[in-house]
Amino acid sequence: MNLRGLIPLAGFFVLVGFLAFSLTRDPSILPSELIDKPFPEFELANLAETDTLDASLLEGKVSLVNVFGSWCVACTVEHPQLMALKDETDLQLVGVDWRDTRENANRWLVRHGNPYDVVVFDPHSKLIVPLGITGAPETFVVDRSGQIRYKHIGVITPEIWDDTLRPLVESLQAVQ
Amino acid sequence: MTVEIGHIALILAFCVALFQSVIPLVGAQKNNARLMEFGDRAAVGQFLLLAFAFICLTITFVVSDFSVKLAANHSHSDKPLLYKISGVWGNHEGSILLWVVMMAGYGAFVPVLGKGLPKGLKARAIAVQAMLGVGFLGFILFTSNPFERLNPVPLDGSGLNPILQDPGLAFHPPFLYLGYVGFSLPFSFAIAALLEGRVDAVWAKWLRPWVLIAWSFLTIGIALGSFWAYYELGWGGWWMWDPVENVSFMPWLAGTALLHSIMVLGTRHSMASWTVLLAITTFALSLVGTFVVRSGVLVSVHAFAVDPERGVYLLALLGLATGGALTLYAMRSHSLRDIKPLNATSRDGALVLNNILLITALATVFLGTFYPLFIDAINGSKISVGAPYFNLTFAPIMCLLILFMGIGPMFKWRQDSLKRVRGPIMIALKAFGVVFLLTALFGKSVLGGIALGLAAWLAVGTLIALGRKANWSLKGLRAQPAATWGFVGAHLGMAIFTAAVTSMSVWADTEIGTLKPGESLDLGAYTYTLQDVSGGKRFNYDYYGGDVLVAKGGRHIATLATERRFFPVRNQLTTEAGLHLSFGQTLFASIGEGDPEGGFVVQVYRHPFVVWIWLSAVLMALSGFVSLADRRLRLPTRAKEVNLTAKVGAAE
Repeated sequence: MNLRGLIPLAGFFVLVGFLAFSLTRDPSILPSELIDKPFPEFELANLAETDTLDASLLEGKVSLVNVFGSWCVACTVEHPQLMALKDETDLQLVGVDWRDTRENANRWLVRHGNPYDVVVFDPHSKLIVPLGITGAPETFVVDRSGQIRYKHIGVITPEIWDDTLRPLVESLQAVQ
Repeated sequence: MTVEIGHIALILAFCVALFQSVIPLVGAQKNNARLMEFGDRAAVGQFLLLAFAFICLTITFVVSDFSVKLAANHSHSDKPLLYKISGVWGNHEGSILLWVVMMAGYGAFVPVLGKGLPKGLKARAIAVQAMLGVGFLGFILFTSNPFERLNPVPLDGSGLNPILQDPGLAFHPPFLYLGYVGFSLPFSFAIAALLEGRVDAVWAKWLRPWVLIAWSFLTIGIALGSFWAYYELGWGGWWMWDPVENVSFMPWLAGTALLHSIMVLGTRHSMASWTVLLAITTFALSLVGTFVVRSGVLVSVHAFAVDPERGVYLLALLGLATGGALTLYAMRSHSLRDIKPLNATSRDGALVLNNILLITALATVFLGTFYPLFIDAINGSKISVGAPYFNLTFAPIMCLLILFMGIGPMFKWRQDSLKRVRGPIMIALKAFGVVFLLTALFGKSVLGGIALGLAAWLAVGTLIALGRKANWSLKGLRAQPAATWGFVGAHLGMAIFTAAVTSMSVWADTEIGTLKPGESLDLGAYTYTLQDVSGGKRFNYDYYGGDVLVAKGGRHIATLATERRFFPVRNQLTTEAGLHLSFGQTLFASIGEGDPEGGFVVQVYRHPFVVWIWLSAVLMALSGFVSLADRRLRLPTRAKEVNLTAKVGAAE
């Protein structure tokens, strides 16, 4: 055995070490560019068309911004989880109704229940594009100062709510 | 029933592979011909069993048997037949089954075509190939069984991923795997050579065609993937430096290096231990690629469903195969001594330089791809490495490579002098100068001029090398072996590729706007007009879209039909770009969000010579296949075998 021959093996072990470590990390936590940045500016009507909304609505309360649409099958899956949060007064639930019609969205919310404190109507992806959404449902946790703190892609299952989102929301609520 | 039979065939193949990985090894150690011959039969048997299992799985997809979980999750009774079949490998379980079928297929070729191989080497290589088979078959049976049943049986399947529902992508994975997996043979033979403590001309001669085959398939696979991304994803890009693209490109770079070093080994009996190391590295990189794609450790648009259990198993497999191979290399590589020292000004020297540059290029891609992972491990921050890094680091190395690629083949083997190549270099230099000046002047780009000049330099250098080989006579040209034509085709392909990439990077043009039907966008001399947009339902998706007419100077050039498709079963949206492919300007339009009143977001592109990127890749791959026809790569028949090994033995 000669030492030079060991170099490739040593290099490979370092690589395997890193790869093994990476397995313990969830890459979907990969924050996107937006984590710890202010929520993007927008100006859109609410679903009822009674009000114009902008990013200031996220200030003062910890918010869950949930992208949904009446066409989105997976959204009906996570809906009961959101309904369970409806009565939490300290948490603001903001829906972003994406690529939808007012009629369909209202019908959908009547049928499944409306968990949202406020719904932003975004039929033309005006807010969706700066948010870097790849599909619905997607959910952002926004702190009191309007900064995005977390992004979850896909359905909020009870496990995800209990293990990831709730602890984060509670820790943000604890900060005054 | 078909399902169970397929499952049983898979289990049997696993058992055969277990025996195949032990018995021939024992036979080779004891020099027992009967035990070694068991390996020959087992290799063929294992392949037949796996091919049968694969056919069984394909049948369940074709007849839409949704009691099979895999078919239920990835197929749909409304799907066209082609996509039912391609659905078999459009998912994790099926694609890994395709992988083992191919690996066993390559293994089965060893006894069928390798009759002239030394018995011990052959038996050992077959055993190593079977060990890889055991690893992957275990992976399938224990973590990713494609034959799992589902109860209750759903009424219909939940559809193939609509992005994958495309002819380009239906054929992309099989070609890619033929390439990835093809490098398992050089790996097995490298291990066998280390076990024997000897690498010789027979080894190199036998292996070179397999490296060529794997390399050519991988080239086609990567090109198909790039072409698919270009027209299906509708981003107008042909290469994103996405992690999953990079992990398919790294084995290609290592394989290209291997292709050249094995030539040196076959002709000059040197670079032996380096070639063995490259053979191990190339397949190891294929395994790394599989690990990355299937464990989801890097974020990518292509990733399969993420499953930590699979990731752990694959990492263990990668660690055992590559770690074992490299340990053996550390113990044995000193026994693979080179017979003759290399001379810098010779073909041998040029090929060493080629290897150094290719490996440097590989290292930059490797670093860029895994850097986010390293940083995350070291200080927990999340970063991503984008195209600018790769363009800044990879492109200059490639330019340097092309510079030497232009003159390297002019040198003779063994020993040559710079004086002999001074004339051709001057001619190639003139070609560079003329192209550079013309481009810089008319194209208004200095960098573009340098890159196009390099392409001209490479093309002229390659043709001069051909001329010199043929003594500038037609008769000499006709007498050239197939390998020469392979070299000319591949190197010219590289020149065309360089030119096409350059014109895409420097002169491509794009414009975006919100158009109502009837309105138009201008892009250079071209006017893109959106026609009526209509929508509806088709097959398994909803769509809306329309035609974009392109005119130049009032003259109609092309009609681009572009569409947005929504697949309710998968809740997924895709964009079909309208493409007008041509050897010159490729015109391109894709429709985005919008409605008839407010207008639709429309992006239009003009891409000069982009099709040559893929055509040149096809030329390179075909050149690889042409080289296969070279007689010098044939192994001697049995009668001569003794003679030749004796001679090589004496040379040692």
